[in-house]
Amino acid sequence: MIRVMLPYHLRKLAGVDGEVTLEVEGVVTQRSVLDALEARYPVLCGTIRDHDTLKRRPFIRFFACEEDLSHEPPDQPLPEAVTSGKEPFLVIGAIAGG
Amino acid sequence: MSKVRVLVGTRKGAFILESDGRREKWDVSGPFFTGWEIYHLKASPADPNRIYASQSSGWFGQVIQRSNDGGKTWEAPGGGVTQSPQGFPMGESNKFVYDTSGQTGKPLTTHQWYDGTQHPWEFKRVWHLEPSLTDPDTVYAGVEDAALFRSTDGAHSWQELSGLRGHGTGPKWQPGAGGLCLHTIILDASDSNRIYIAISAAGAFRTDDGGKTWKPVNRGLKSQYIPDPTAEVGHCVHHIAKNPSRPNLLFMQKHWDVMRSDNAGDSWVEVSGNLPTDFGFAIDVHAHEPETVYVVPIKSDSEHFPLDGKLRVYRSGTGGNEWEELTKGLPQKHCYVNVLRDAMSVDSLDKCGIYFGTTGGQVYASADEGNSWKPLIEHLPPVLSVEVQTMR
Repeated sequence: MIRVMLPYHLRKLAGVDGEVTLEVEGVVTQRSVLDALEARYPVLCGTIRDHDTLKRRPFIRFFACEEDLSHEPPDQPLPEAVTSGKEPFLVIGAIAGG
Repeated sequence: MSKVRVLVGTRKGAFILESDGRREKWDVSGPFFTGWEIYHLKASPADPNRIYASQSSGWFGQVIQRSNDGGKTWEAPGGGVTQSPQGFPMGESNKFVYDTSGQTGKPLTTHQWYDGTQHPWEFKRVWHLEPSLTDPDTVYAGVEDAALFRSTDGAHSWQELSGLRGHGTGPKWQPGAGGLCLHTIILDASDSNRIYIAISAAGAFRTDDGGKTWKPVNRGLKSQYIPDPTAEVGHCVHHIAKNPSRPNLLFMQKHWDVMRSDNAGDSWVEVSGNLPTDFGFAIDVHAHEPETVYVVPIKSDSEHFPLDGKLRVYRSGTGGNEWEELTKGLPQKHCYVNVLRDAMSVDSLDKCGIYFGTTGGQVYASADEGNSWKPLIEHLPPVLSVEVQTMR
C-alpha cells in the first residue's frame, strides 16, 4: 500500500480528503505511483506531469523521507519506507510568489 | 419575469451574480474553484444552464469545468456524471494537444520568440471559451500559445482547428506582454461557417468555411511598435466586438487605436476620434444598437490605469469618432485599476445593461445604457472576465 499526500488544490479537484492510498504493481517508482494515481483519479492527468511528455510540471516537487526526489529519474525505485507504506510520497506545489 | 446572470472570472476563483430584470438587487454565489485563475466563464446560448469555465494554475495546469444547472454544481466533464466504482470523478478534459504535420508528424509550425528566434508552440492555458450558438455540447477554446480548439462532446475532448496555425503566417506571430494568446472568438449568427478570432500579437483572422481555412483580416491597422506598421500580421489586437444584427460591422480595441470594419474585417478604419487616449483592452457593442459602442480608455501601454485616476466609460452612438464620457457613479479620483479585454459585457433587456469588472475587484453595472453606474460587488480578486446572460 503506497501512501500519497496531494496538495490542497489537487485533493479538492480529485474529491479526496487526507492521504490517498494506492496499490502499485511491480517496482514502486515515481512513474508507477503517478500512473496508479492518474488511473484512479483521471482528473489529475496533466496537473502533476505533462500529458504527453509525462515530465513533472515545473512548479511541482516530489518529497519523501525528508528528501527532495524531484530530480531523480522517474523509473528509479522509491525508498523502502515509501514502498512499505511507512512514509508517504509527497506531491508538493513549489513555494512561489510573495 | 426576465432574469440576468453575470459570470465573473477572477484571479482567485469564479463568482455568479443574479438579479431579476429590474437589476436592482443582486444575489452573489461563489467563490467557485477558489485559489485557481478563472480566465473565462461563458454560458451556452442554446442552453442557459450549461456554463463552461476555464480553470488554470501556474502549478497544476489547465482544467475545464462545466455546469448543467446554471452554476450551482460543477464537474470536470466526465466527472460527476461518470464516477469510478469508489465514487470518484472520472473526468479528464484538460488535454489540449496541438496538431502536427500529417506528412511528417513534426510540429505544424513555430512562432517568433521574444528574441526573434523561432520557438515551438507550448500549451499554457485557455483564455476564452465560446459555446456554439446552437449546440450546448459544442464549444470553442482560444488558448495560449495561440490556437483554436473545438469540443463537440461537451468539453470531454478537444481537437485543434489547425488550419489557423497552419495557414502560413504562424512563424510571424509573437507573444505580447501577456503571452501569445488567442483571446477573442466570435461566431457569426448569420453564417454558421464564419468565425472571427483575434490573437495578441498576431492580429485578427477569419474563416468562412467553419474553421478549415483562415485568412488574416488586418488591412487598415497601423502599429508603430512593429517594424512594418501595416504588416499583414503582428498587430496586438486586444479585443473585437459586434452586434449580431449587423453581421459585417465589427469594432476593435487595438493596443492603441479603436477601429471599425464595415466589411467583415476585410478593411479597417480608425474611429478613435475624440477619445482622451485610445489605448485600452475592453470594447463592447449595445445589444440593440449596432452603432453604439463602449470602451474604457486606459492611459497607455506603460501605465495600465485610467487617465488622471478617473474611471470613465466612453460611448459612441455614431459607430465611433464621436465619443461621450460616462462617469456617473464611477470613481473620479484616485482610481488606478485596469479593465481587461474580456471583462466587459452587455445584457439584452429593453434598456440595455452594460457591465464591466476591474483589476481592483469591482464589478460595475449600468441598467440605463451607460448613463449611470453602480458597483454590483467590490473587493473581489482582480477580475479577468465578465459575461452576461439574459434569460426571459
